[in-house]
Amino acid sequence: MSSTVIEQGTVEKPHSEKNYLNADHTLKSWLLTVDHKRIGILYLISVTFFFFIGAIAAAMIRYELTSPKGILLSSEVYNKTFSAHGIYMVFQFLVVAIPAVLGNFLIPIMIGARDMAFPRLNLLSWYMFITGGALITLSFILGGVDAGWTFYVPLSTISENQISLCLVGIFITGFSSIFTGVNFIATIHKMRAPGMTWYRLPLFIWAHYATAVVVILGTPVVAITLFLVVVERGFGFGIFSPELGGDPVLFQHLFWFYSHPAVYIMILPAFGVVSEIITCFSRRPIFGYRFIAYSSLAIAFLGFAVWGHHMFISSQSAFQGIVFSIITWVLAIPSAIKMFNWATTMYKGSVHFSTPMLYALGFMGLFLIGGLTGLHLASLDTDIHVTGTYFIVAHFHYVMVGGTILGYLGGIHFWFPKMFGRTYSEVWGRMSAMIVFVGFNLTFFPQFMVGYLGMPRRYHYYYFAPEWQIYHVLSTAGSSILGLGFLMPGIYLTYAIFKGKKAGANPWGAKGLEWENCDSPPITENFEKPIIVTGSVYDYNPEEDSKLYEDEDTGMLGGKY
Amino acid sequence: MSDHVAKHGDGPEVYFQYEDIDQQQESYVVGMWSFLVTEVMFFGALFLIYTLYRWKFHGTFFGAHEQLNWKMGGLNTMVLLFSSVMVAFAVHFAQKGKTNKQLVCLGVTLLCAFGFLVIKTFEYGAKFDHHLFPNHSFSYADPEHHESKSWWDEALPAALKIEKHEQEGNPKNARLFYSIYFTMTGLHGLHVIIGIIAITALMVLIKIRSPLITDYIPTELVGLYWHFVDLVWIFLYPLFYLIPR
Repeated sequence: MSSTVIEQGTVEKPHSEKNYLNADHTLKSWLLTVDHKRIGILYLISVTFFFFIGAIAAAMIRYELTSPKGILLSSEVYNKTFSAHGIYMVFQFLVVAIPAVLGNFLIPIMIGARDMAFPRLNLLSWYMFITGGALITLSFILGGVDAGWTFYVPLSTISENQISLCLVGIFITGFSSIFTGVNFIATIHKMRAPGMTWYRLPLFIWAHYATAVVVILGTPVVAITLFLVVVERGFGFGIFSPELGGDPVLFQHLFWFYSHPAVYIMILPAFGVVSEIITCFSRRPIFGYRFIAYSSLAIAFLGFAVWGHHMFISSQSAFQGIVFSIITWVLAIPSAIKMFNWATTMYKGSVHFSTPMLYALGFMGLFLIGGLTGLHLASLDTDIHVTGTYFIVAHFHYVMVGGTILGYLGGIHFWFPKMFGRTYSEVWGRMSAMIVFVGFNLTFFPQFMVGYLGMPRRYHYYYFAPEWQIYHVLSTAGSSILGLGFLMPGIYLTYAIFKGKKAGANPWGAKGLEWENCDSPPITENFEKPIIVTGSVYDYNPEEDSKLYEDEDTGMLGGKY
Repeated sequence: MSDHVAKHGDGPEVYFQYEDIDQQQESYVVGMWSFLVTEVMFFGALFLIYTLYRWKFHGTFFGAHEQLNWKMGGLNTMVLLFSSVMVAFAVHFAQKGKTNKQLVCLGVTLLCAFGFLVIKTFEYGAKFDHHLFPNHSFSYADPEHHESKSWWDEALPAALKIEKHEQEGNPKNARLFYSIYFTMTGLHGLHVIIGIIAITALMVLIKIRSPLITDYIPTELVGLYWHFVDLVWIFLYPLFYLIPR
């Protein structure tokens, strides 16, 4: 992106070594910070923690399923374990991970602003996130939740567990998302630097804008729905209760009205990250900028019209089923537009397989499988065969884990030099990217097969079909590899924060305000001087840029490979 | 970075992240409207639930709604409408910089808000007396709870109807009506309480000449919120109290 800094005609200050990380070292300065970059780092630490809890629950589930008769857990504990896995992973990790960590850190820098529109609201949303997480954790300490992350009534209203406390926690976390969404919308609308028109925005910003729209439209609906379950448990009201003439399926409608778009809250930011990475490491301007930008918005809006495909077998009329099925198929179009545009961006580009690119390519592969199996589930007839089986489990893990987590890890690796001013070991990075890819496929591909054969999800035992054990053992083996793949970045990135080689302002030779006009790590005000944007985004040139790879002095990470 | 830079001398302060006062004010208004969108969706789900069940159990809902006290609800509607007018004046005076008049208007709004809650408390109290709170003690068709117990309350008219038309008074569906009624008006009441806190905080901050309030925008935002609270009631009142046959 070409841009100029405005000369202010004052005496130039000497370049200071202060940046947002070392501006102040006290704990108080971190916990009371209103700097969007520091809040991003706070989120980075906290979502990693919650991911760790969710991953432990996943490991317990996988270990349990290696035997047809169960090994470790009683049925009650198993129910609580998969509930914990779902609740932590969805509400405390996937929904927040990319927007709250990378979005918070990058949105103001990418649009040339000094901070978010509402820095104090931003900090408040982090505290609400932590409070929500603490209440959820408390509910699991005090006895657990066994209704799954979907909290279907009437189970969730009659279960004797700590569901109310957990729901209050999710409610508070939901409001943290809403505040982040409001902040993103106001920031992207009003804080853009002079010359930063809508069509000069990086696609990362478009993706986050679409995400914020989904957040502010969807999250309140699930908040009120879960609130009604709390009211039903607490006061004996019976809005969803069939004994009073209420309709439990209405809960499912309202729940999926949020929770299907929530899938796009998870995946849209990952689309944004991948768009940035693909264009940078192909050294070509992104193909079809406006198509990618508008397909994000199309996904955001269409995403609100497909929730019924979660309910093909819950008392929907056939007509409803057909309509939801058709809209779901239509939703494949904007997703495919993105995939084709990324592929076309790479065509005749100078493709460079660095760590973030490997994650982005892995993302594309996994999202492709996840998306295509989604079409099996969008069709009424195949869906009725595989509803409630491991086929579903495999499908949404391909989309949510293969999509969101690979996008998240790719983004963390891509912007790591910007966030901490250091470089990580490229060898370890590439290795972990490949281990994650292999481990992921080994974990979830067998689940497609065993699901197609009929293994129901959320089952503790499968002694009635011991021949499925081989798939479960393969899946568990894969999950161990996947766990290793997630652990490795945790270790070498932590090492690199303290001991890594210093990175320059733009180690990848990437375009964008955050790379070209901003130090690594950025100063607290982001830019030394106010900036004005004069050219379009992504003005890469494959011929010229490929020469950069041959030059060892450009400091490009792993440029010689 | 909580310290901010005053760029215009005595004028409104511009926080460090903004370029100028226009950008700051517009950002706050955009943010508030986005938040109000979430509030619309928040209540929207409840209105959907209401619509669905009323369509499904229209007779019961009609029977049950006759037990609501439309006079008190109407009084509350007027109180809230008047408070909205006062907030509009408060914003007007804030823009003109007439702090005293602004404080008077906000004070009247605050009184109206308390008045609303007081009337609502009497109303809720009567519903408890009639065993119409939709928990396990709910008793709809039992005439012994139907006579008036307090001077402000009226005897319930629906008692006779239930005996005449059983299909209009299925008690279990009436409990659904009251579940929705108490959830929606209760949440609305919670919003009124939040509004009271916001208005009080605003008045205190204006009174002590806090550096947080340097222009009319905080008043405008509180005003927007209060208009929204008012608007929700404008929908709730006819939907619950004035159901046509």
